[in-house]
This record gives sequence, structure tokens and C-alpha cells, in this order.
Amino acid sequence: MTADPALPEARRTEVVRQGLSVGVATGLYGVSFGALSVASGLSVWQTQALSLLMFTGGSQFALVGILAAGGSGISAAATATLLGIRNGLYALQVGQLLHVTGVRRLLAAHLTIDESTAVGIAQSEPRAQRLGFWVTGVAVLVGWNVMTLIGALAGNALGDPQTWGLDAAAAAAFCALLWPRLRTGDGRATAVVAAFIALVTIPVVPAGIPVILAAVAAIIVGWRAHGRHERGEDGLPGADPVP
Amino acid sequence: MSTWVTVLGACALAYALKLSGYFVPARWLAGPRTARMTALLPAALLAGLIVLQTVGGAGGTFTLDARLAALGVAVLLLWRGANFLLVVAAAAVTAALLRLAGWA
Repeated sequence: MTADPALPEARRTEVVRQGLSVGVATGLYGVSFGALSVASGLSVWQTQALSLLMFTGGSQFALVGILAAGGSGISAAATATLLGIRNGLYALQVGQLLHVTGVRRLLAAHLTIDESTAVGIAQSEPRAQRLGFWVTGVAVLVGWNVMTLIGALAGNALGDPQTWGLDAAAAAAFCALLWPRLRTGDGRATAVVAAFIALVTIPVVPAGIPVILAAVAAIIVGWRAHGRHERGEDGLPGADPVP
Repeated sequence: MSTWVTVLGACALAYALKLSGYFVPARWLAGPRTARMTALLPAALLAGLIVLQTVGGAGGTFTLDARLAALGVAVLLLWRGANFLLVVAAAAVTAALLRLAGWA
């Protein structure tokens, strides 16, 4: 720990409140993950394992979505992993702020997600950055898991997912995650090229593979773009805009 | 059993990615081109997932049904600035009602 000036009580409260509100908002979105996951054929335990151990929303939605579409476990895991690469990049940034070692570093790694990174790096004082990261990370972990369980139990009770339109809800969820990424020209170009790749490859390769092939769109657009690359509202490249 | 392997394997990979950032020196940060590609990767995967989830049918076929109408409703709501939960719920209700009416 470095000798940073102590944080005034008012700032402390402000940062804690910000972190907790992000946790509550993200938790609400956990309900849809829980319901969609059991609708995709995963058990309540498997759904809960994803929220507890994977703990990165976009990847979780992708994994259950591809399994629901009949994709192989390998293509589902590969897509989830590709979506999780950005967490490693966040860790590079957050690691500079936290100065953690040992067990605390292992815990910090688990909590390194869009929301905790965004709240952490948005603060100006070093102590506030660390407080923001930890409070948001723990708040989202708790909210996300409690609401996943509620969603999973509710989804199980509903019965046939198609009757309730839960299969259509999955596409809407991906659409809501994609939407803020369309603000930049590069984002829109990438999405169009990716959608085209998926459309033409669906009939010719096994389910799940078209999504991995769609990733080539990021390479094509990223290769030739000139600094118009995507930045989230908090300056996080590629952050999930949730909530 | 195989679903558990997928779930736990993917969880382990997700954690390994998060942890790697704490051990890799900051100077290894990717160059601008690689950074651009990495930043655009989620948009590409999400667009691919939307196509698959909306028109993908069994065994590499296309199926046009209530999901397409539901996606239309979702896009309309997102365009009007609706929040995540409302968008997802409205899409589900749209598909459910169309199916109840026997239209799709």
C-alpha cells in the first residue's frame, strides 16, 4: 500500500453509493441471464456456476446462447473466451491502481469486469479508485448471483421457453449489448461485416462456428481503421455497456 | 456431464484471462492496431450471435419466425433509448403473443 492521502468521509460515501447502485442495476439484468440459461437447457446449478465462477455477463450469455442454438461445447467455450479477452486488458489497467499481491490479487482478478473497472478508473484519487473497484466488484458479484438464481428458478417454473418467447429474448439481449457499440463508424462496420459472415456461413459450418468466424470482422475493420476505434463512455475499450 | 465440462472449462479460461493481466508487465500492452481489433471483437461476436439467435434453425438452416419480429421490437425500443430489462422483456412478450395467436 502506498501512503495516499485519506479519503474524506463524504467522498467515501459517494464512491460506496456509486458502487452499490451499479451492483443493484446489474443484478436486475442477472434475472434475464438466469431465465435464459435454464431455457437454453442448462441446470440451475450450471447456471449458478457460470455467474459465480465465470462472472462476466457477455461471455455467459454467449455460452448459453450457442449451446441453445445446438453449437458444440468447444465453440460455446471458445466464443465465451474471446468475449472475455477484454477482462485481461482491464486487469492490466486496474493492476496499476490496486497494488495487490497474494490472495488479494487472486480475488481482484475474479472481480475484474466491465463495471468494477469503469467505476475504479473513473475516480480521481488513488484511494477512491481502489475503493470504487472493490465495492463495485463485490456488489455486482452478490447482486448478479442472487438475481441469476431468481431468474433461473423462475425460468424453470415457466416450463417451455418458446411459449414465453425466451428464445427471442436472447437475441434482444445481444442486441442491447451491441447497441452502444454502434456509435462509432468502426463499430457499425464491424457489426455489418460480422452479421454478413454469420449469414453466409450458417448453412455450411456446424452451429456455433459462424459466431467464431464473425470475429474475423474485427480483424478486417481493425486492420484498416484510422483511430476511430471504439471507446466506451468511461473510456474503456470494448466495455459491455451494462447497465 | 459434457455441459459441466464446457461450463467449468470456460469458467477456468475466463479466470485465467482476468488473472493474466495482473502478471503481464504493462509494457506488453498491445500496439494500436491490435488494440483496435481487441476493442472491436465484442461487436463482431455480438452481431454474429444476433444473426444466429434470430434466424438460425436446426442443422444449419434458416428459420423465420416470431424471433425476427421480436428483434424488430427490440431494435425499436433501443432506438428510443429503453433500458436493458425492458428491451429483453418486450422481445419475449412479442414472441410469446405472436405464438399464442398462431401467427409465427
